[in-house]
Amino acid sequence: MNQEFKQSILDALSNPNLTGALGNFSVAYRAGRAKAYEGIDFEALRTQIADIKSSASSHFDELAEQFARVAEARGTKVFRTSDPNAVKDYILKLAQARGVKSIVKSKSMATEEIHLNKFLEKAGIDVQETDLGEWIIQLAGQTPSHMVMPAIHMTKEEVAGVFSDKVEDGQKPDIPKLVKFARGKLRPMFLKADMGISGANIAVAETGSIAIVTNEGNARLVSTLPNIHVAIVGYEKLIEKFADIAPILTALPKSATAQLLTSYVSIISGPTPNTDGTPKELHIILMDNRRNEMAKDPRFKQALQCIRCASCLNVCPVFRLVGGHVFGKVYTGGIGTILTAWFDALKQSDEIQSLCIQCGNCKDVCPGKIDIPDLILELRRRLAVEQGQPMIQKAIFSVVNNRRLFHTMMRAASIGQIPFAKEGFIRHLPMFLSNMTEKRSLPAIAAVPFRDRILKIKQPKCKEKAAFYGGCLIDFAYPEMGEAVVKVLNKAGIEVIFPEGQTCCGAPARYSGAYEVAAQNGADNIKALLSEDVKYVVSACPTCTVALKHDFIANLESVGRTGELPAARQLSEKVVDFSTLASQLLEQGRLKFKAGIEPTKFTYHDSCHFKRTLHADQTPRKLMKQAGHELVEMDECDMCCGMGGSYTIKMPEISAPILERKLMNVEKTGAPLLLIDCPGCVMQIGGGLDKRGSKIQVQHTVQRLADCLE
Amino acid sequence: MSAILESSAILESFKARAEAVSAQVQRVETKELAIELIVRLLHQEGVEDKPHCYAVWAACPMIGDNEKKKLEGAVPGLKFDVTRELAADAKVGISQLDWALANTGTLVQSAVEIDKRLVSTLPLLHIALISTAALLPDLPAVLTRVDPRKSAYLSFITGPSRTADIERVLTIGVHGPERLIIVFVDDLEVAA
Repeated sequence: MNQEFKQSILDALSNPNLTGALGNFSVAYRAGRAKAYEGIDFEALRTQIADIKSSASSHFDELAEQFARVAEARGTKVFRTSDPNAVKDYILKLAQARGVKSIVKSKSMATEEIHLNKFLEKAGIDVQETDLGEWIIQLAGQTPSHMVMPAIHMTKEEVAGVFSDKVEDGQKPDIPKLVKFARGKLRPMFLKADMGISGANIAVAETGSIAIVTNEGNARLVSTLPNIHVAIVGYEKLIEKFADIAPILTALPKSATAQLLTSYVSIISGPTPNTDGTPKELHIILMDNRRNEMAKDPRFKQALQCIRCASCLNVCPVFRLVGGHVFGKVYTGGIGTILTAWFDALKQSDEIQSLCIQCGNCKDVCPGKIDIPDLILELRRRLAVEQGQPMIQKAIFSVVNNRRLFHTMMRAASIGQIPFAKEGFIRHLPMFLSNMTEKRSLPAIAAVPFRDRILKIKQPKCKEKAAFYGGCLIDFAYPEMGEAVVKVLNKAGIEVIFPEGQTCCGAPARYSGAYEVAAQNGADNIKALLSEDVKYVVSACPTCTVALKHDFIANLESVGRTGELPAARQLSEKVVDFSTLASQLLEQGRLKFKAGIEPTKFTYHDSCHFKRTLHADQTPRKLMKQAGHELVEMDECDMCCGMGGSYTIKMPEISAPILERKLMNVEKTGAPLLLIDCPGCVMQIGGGLDKRGSKIQVQHTVQRLADCLE
Repeated sequence: MSAILESSAILESFKARAEAVSAQVQRVETKELAIELIVRLLHQEGVEDKPHCYAVWAACPMIGDNEKKKLEGAVPGLKFDVTRELAADAKVGISQLDWALANTGTLVQSAVEIDKRLVSTLPLLHIALISTAALLPDLPAVLTRVDPRKSAYLSFITGPSRTADIERVLTIGVHGPERLIIVFVDDLEVAA
């Protein structure tokens, strides 16, 4: 990793103002957003938005053409260009022709994208940001740390300092007074400005209208007081119909700031009179800058459904730790990573894409229905294709794919540690793994992997068979989870087989962008798991289940191995996660809870893939409550634990504080038992609790269930 | 009867939403009562005929020339000839709005005439008059009633101006008004 990037992460992590403000905001946002959407069918709403925006991006040029025609007929001047430099030149020429000396601006990401301020200032024009946060940042000479709240990283003391240094001495850190001060200083600038520059949140082709959304009222003033108004609008803001404003405007404030509607919305559809009676000179610049190219990319087209609410930042467990500065100067967070790759350059996303832990939180809340984690994986894949795979990664995959060799190597590393193993955890590891264990103990590698242990289990002969897919962690580190699966299924009259040919699920390769490797993993597993006629293919690892059920198909498709798709689909239909299968078997009366189970309080951690891809999160809760246990929900139960497969190795500095927060939330419940459906999360959280000397017992749902059945 | 009940339910819904974003909501039966209320408010606010103390009222159908004269007499410092300098210096701005949206507590106005925007943005207090019958349920409802071809500037106002840009602390009154008083008038006609 680039040292500068690494340092920017470390700087952010050690900035308590930033992490404190973002951390508090993420909690408030979650509750506020839920309240704002009360009584609204979010899925229906975002499907509507996705359809509107997707249809628009299929016809960008036609819509831009129509917009220009309609708007020009009413006296607006429309300039269309694909070139950011042409935008800057157009504005400068206009400013010079009209003798513009000062400009007031309301917030516009498009102008930040093309670094307009710097360009105009160089030409001797005074450019004033008027959004309070943007003004603070501009005065401080910093860049925004959040797309919607640009100065969220600064304290009132710092703001008072900036105002005192740059504007007028003696400002006190009193927020209402600071706001009043800004009002007082910016008001004369609005009144004297020769030109107002704004962005737009929506551009309607049918009526040539733009909609601008603000809370402070600055866009109202920018578009009202100066005699010239220039709006810079990215093509992705185009929609076809005027009525289509409603769903976007319904979602945007709720997703952005948990408001029902922002204080002000202006819908401008042509020049209006100025105070001196002249008509406003209204210029609208429609800027392409690779949006059309993006629209023609079958994978990235959906990123144009973004309405710039920044909810993907607000729910991101990584963003709330590192903030926006590590992402670069313009677009930040999940969607920002994707936009940077396109509007700047693919290689610019090389470092920042690695920040994504693939938890899927953002995908769940995106009002544009964008699968952001999937697009980040696609960036990873394209970067891997462009730059080639690092040698070390290649070496790791070749070991991971050879199950016997992988186990032997892990076991060898583990055996050296046996003297330190305590209650199943390794206390210390060799140096090269040391940053993995600072906050967490690792499980001991089993002497005999599950693939050998299952051969020793005496199973009843049954008509119905299930193939068990182990995955690395159950096979090598937690074979007892596999044994519990066998125990439960045997009780239901199902015999469990372990096809020996099964190998890595391909998730590590997929999440590193190595799709060829991942596709081969899938092909090997399909062959192994379909080799015997079984009714179910069961896994107790959600990442593996998702791989078997969804990713094998996607991986084969992405590398063009379409001939193998029917087999992949056949496998997909048989695949089921353990808790879902157990719940079905209980409903069918094939499993029964035993009487006299001692009621225990438990808390439950939602594993990312289990909840957000498999949507099975309520099933284990229900099972355990049926068993007589009492659920005590923890705060942020569905927030990632920081494991993220190899994320914990690649980004230990970020993974550790994510884990810390999870441990705190677990401990706060006071429950003596934590249940999880993912062995990776068991390793992460269980290891973390062990390191703290906690007495909380951590189990996979299957382990607890095995003890609760007749 | 049922229409009145219905309109009072929708008004309650509007009121709850508008008050949640720090607006004040009142209702009067007639234009005359509305004018009385405003005169009272302007006196309370200390409107006078001297700098920083003016009130500006944007032209609206409910106030004819006769009423203007009467009002200017009753409240020195109240001006109907709105200039940007006057509006920027005024304490209070008054205007009539066209629609209200119950599910967000929003006021909507066709604001092509710049006066309407000046009086509702520049002073610290904005008093908004609106016909009770202009209450609509939501955003889609108003979008079918407005014609952007005729109204080149549509304003949506939901509570006073606000920011949370410093430490996320909600602060009212940044560039726009810090108070918004909404007065529903039962016998006012709905804008075309």
